[in-house]
Amino acid sequence: MLEIHNLSISFQRNRASFDRETLSVVSDISLSVQPGEIVALIGASGAGKSLVAHALLGLLPANATMSGEFIFKGKRLSPAGIQELRGREIALIPQSVTHLNPLTRVGKQVYRSARLSGRCADTAHTSCDRTFARYQLADTVKSMYPFQISRGMARRVLTATATAGNANLIIADEPTTGLDPEVSEQSLAHLKELATQGKGVVLITHDLENGVQIADTLVVLYEGMTVEITPARALEENDLIMHPYTRSLWQALPRNGFMSLPPTPSSSTLNRNGCLFAERCPQARPGCRQSAPSLRRVNHKLVRCNHVAG
Amino acid sequence: MLRAEKICYRYDKDIPLLEGVICTINSGEIVGLPGPSGCGKSTLARLMAGFDHPQSGIIFCNDQALPASGFSPVQMIFQHPELAVNPRWKIGKILAEGNTDCSELLQRFGIGLNQLERYPHELSGGELQRITLIRAMTPATRYLIADEMTASLDPATQALIWQTVLSWAKSRQVGVLAISHDASLLNCICDRIDNGFCLQSPSSHLREPIAA
Repeated sequence: MLEIHNLSISFQRNRASFDRETLSVVSDISLSVQPGEIVALIGASGAGKSLVAHALLGLLPANATMSGEFIFKGKRLSPAGIQELRGREIALIPQSVTHLNPLTRVGKQVYRSARLSGRCADTAHTSCDRTFARYQLADTVKSMYPFQISRGMARRVLTATATAGNANLIIADEPTTGLDPEVSEQSLAHLKELATQGKGVVLITHDLENGVQIADTLVVLYEGMTVEITPARALEENDLIMHPYTRSLWQALPRNGFMSLPPTPSSSTLNRNGCLFAERCPQARPGCRQSAPSLRRVNHKLVRCNHVAG
Repeated sequence: MLRAEKICYRYDKDIPLLEGVICTINSGEIVGLPGPSGCGKSTLARLMAGFDHPQSGIIFCNDQALPASGFSPVQMIFQHPELAVNPRWKIGKILAEGNTDCSELLQRFGIGLNQLERYPHELSGGELQRITLIRAMTPATRYLIADEMTASLDPATQALIWQTVLSWAKSRQVGVLAISHDASLLNCICDRIDNGFCLQSPSSHLREPIAA
């Protein structure tokens, strides 16, 4: 349904009045989403997960430059095409209540997003009612303002705004951060339900456990690069053929040993010639710092490391 | 010992959120505080750190009331470090406000000296959370209250931060109150888990106002 080829994003930053530098933040990311599939983008904060989503929706700030291409349903997307599609075919479930308009009642916002997605006034009302019923929001909630609803309800309202239209691709940005287990499970179940209806879902999260729980494919990002693309069940099966970074994320989970890595070196000292992870990698060898590994296929997975073997 | 004695607290004219809550942290002890959202965990944390004052009940820190001004021996860490620092100050100035002797901690947390010249928005969430921690981990700090400190960080950073904090707390006999939704994290880091808190709270029926 969606394919991203070689996406790179860089930012221009002013150092002094006539001194500019270009910071490369995302380099060479490729991924694909099929109908009915949940793809989880996993990485630490600053790894470029949200930037991928923003680039896809055409929401990058003015000082960003982007290269690479998006193919949606077999057609190449141009910036103008993105504007046409976002909200209609591609919908974003944003991170928190702050993305709702604080001065507008919740029901009206869901209705408006249904209208903007191209429904006529009549069907927008029915689809609005239907999404409210589906996410178990009482009718009284419609007339409430965002500050009056709980965080769990806000999540459901945000999901409702994204699904009131007919979007085929849903992007969920950190849907579980700061929610208690009950509510976060519920919000993941809603994503799963969307996928079983045949929609493509991109789940952006730092939480590896959530990713493993519901996603079909995991895309692990490190410093703006894909380090591994793997079927999600491979981790649960404790399949050891994986990138050292994925493995250390897995082993850092409290239930898997709570092992930590040395802290990230600051990005200015990062050696861009060799493997970006070499400084922190427990299995780094001298060769890792000299030549950058490329993504290669090892047993149904794509791994960016020269030393993992099948 | 940091002790909250029969705390009652309510917001404005709401139903009391906390009623007769008792919570103790001994020095050098790591106490976990789980509970669903809206049951008053964060409110209790703010009360114990002295940001708010309970309508009745007292909070003792080593048999004294919390100081009304100046440096507090009870320091609090929030979930969103971006909101806990001045966005117009450089990191070096932010640190100097709380902790003037932090070179050892900087090293243990892996914060380079070049980062002290940056502004908060130029750091990642994990780096910024380490900065707020270093600011709070002074020699005069006796208790640390961590309210969902690592909820928005990836597992590797979470493990790094907690391991550093735990070894620091044990070596200086600092008590830590860890508030989290993540039961497996609390099981992993805590000496004791304070489960009684949610049962005491009368407001459990308030969690989800109207839904379902």
